[in-house]
Amino acid sequence: MHIAEFSGVIFLISALAGFLGALTGLGGGVVITPVLTLMFGVDLRYAIGATLVSVIATSSGAAAAYVREGFSSIRIGMFLEIGTTVGAVFGAFLNTKVPVPALAVIFGMVLLYSAYLSAQPHHAGHTTEQPDPLAVTLKMNSSYPSPEGPQAYVVRRVKTGLGLMFVAGTVSGLLGIGSGALKVIAMDRAMRIPFKVSTTTSNFMIGVTAAASAGLYLYRGYIDPGLAMPVMLGALAGSLIGARILVGAEPRVLRMVFGVVVAVLAIEMIYSGLTGRI
Amino acid sequence: MPAWTDERSEQAIGLLLRAGVMASVAMVAGGAVFYLIRHGGELPQYGAFRGEPEDLRSVGGIVAGSIHLRPRHLVQLGLLMLIAVPVARVAFSVYAFAAERDWTFVAITLVVLAILVASIAGLI
Repeated sequence: MHIAEFSGVIFLISALAGFLGALTGLGGGVVITPVLTLMFGVDLRYAIGATLVSVIATSSGAAAAYVREGFSSIRIGMFLEIGTTVGAVFGAFLNTKVPVPALAVIFGMVLLYSAYLSAQPHHAGHTTEQPDPLAVTLKMNSSYPSPEGPQAYVVRRVKTGLGLMFVAGTVSGLLGIGSGALKVIAMDRAMRIPFKVSTTTSNFMIGVTAAASAGLYLYRGYIDPGLAMPVMLGALAGSLIGARILVGAEPRVLRMVFGVVVAVLAIEMIYSGLTGRI
Repeated sequence: MPAWTDERSEQAIGLLLRAGVMASVAMVAGGAVFYLIRHGGELPQYGAFRGEPEDLRSVGGIVAGSIHLRPRHLVQLGLLMLIAVPVARVAFSVYAFAAERDWTFVAITLVVLAILVASIAGLI
């Protein structure tokens, strides 16, 4: 396969991944890296570098649309980005120390966990936990638009959330993914932020988190322009089309199908890592 | 008093993200045309990790190669612009929080900005 053909195929696959990732909320990056390594024999480090760049594109592209709707919270996002960016730098540093087969196994396990998390229902909603005084100091408590007028919300367990964000950032920097599922968990379950606010704020944060590790990846030579080009253009195009189609719909069947694809890829990654074929 | 609010900065950030992503896509796509004309018939070699050459790994090298219209460098410049988009977003937030006179958040945002700049400038 020549570069022209290779670029075209990678573009189409990335577009499909970006499209399904946007529709299901799982993100496209999680499938692009395994497909590149398992099906096209691309070295895991090149695949991680290319995917990370595409994560910045899809996150920023989607955030541009979300931000106007007034769901995302810039205060919650910016404060938690201290955790994700420090984690991302740490993760990118770890990436160079961990042997590639071990990296593949970790990647597979994180994939499995993300697929499992996305299949879980959102938190129950009501809680008796006290509002966090820190959230008051940082003016994090706010409201979001709804058909019944603005809905107020109160933020809880800010420090726990920050700690979980460090973990999410480390995973993102280590594996070159957005780790949106982990970010949503931290906001949705630990900090009890409404789901709509959690997901849009998470999307907003993904780009900043990825940019923090992108610098280190660039200097270590992980980002190849020839490979990153079709991945980035494809994933962005696919995710924008996906976001346009997704108008409040809950594509359950698609979500399940994509979840199964993710799980199969995850198991293959773990198997390839354990047998040293990667 | 400046009428800066969180809502107004989020509107401006939306515009900034859109313009930044569009500019970077234009640069990557433009570079891709040169790249496919020049290298389209070669074989992709990503099976073994060798790392990128020095001039594709630093901001200076990428800019220098782009001035000479080298295809890989043009694409890499577009990717660099893309990485700069979230950084610009954070930098703008410093300004927006300062306009709101929220010094706690100016400090928080400056910490995030410092980490990003240190990473991209190759200081970490």
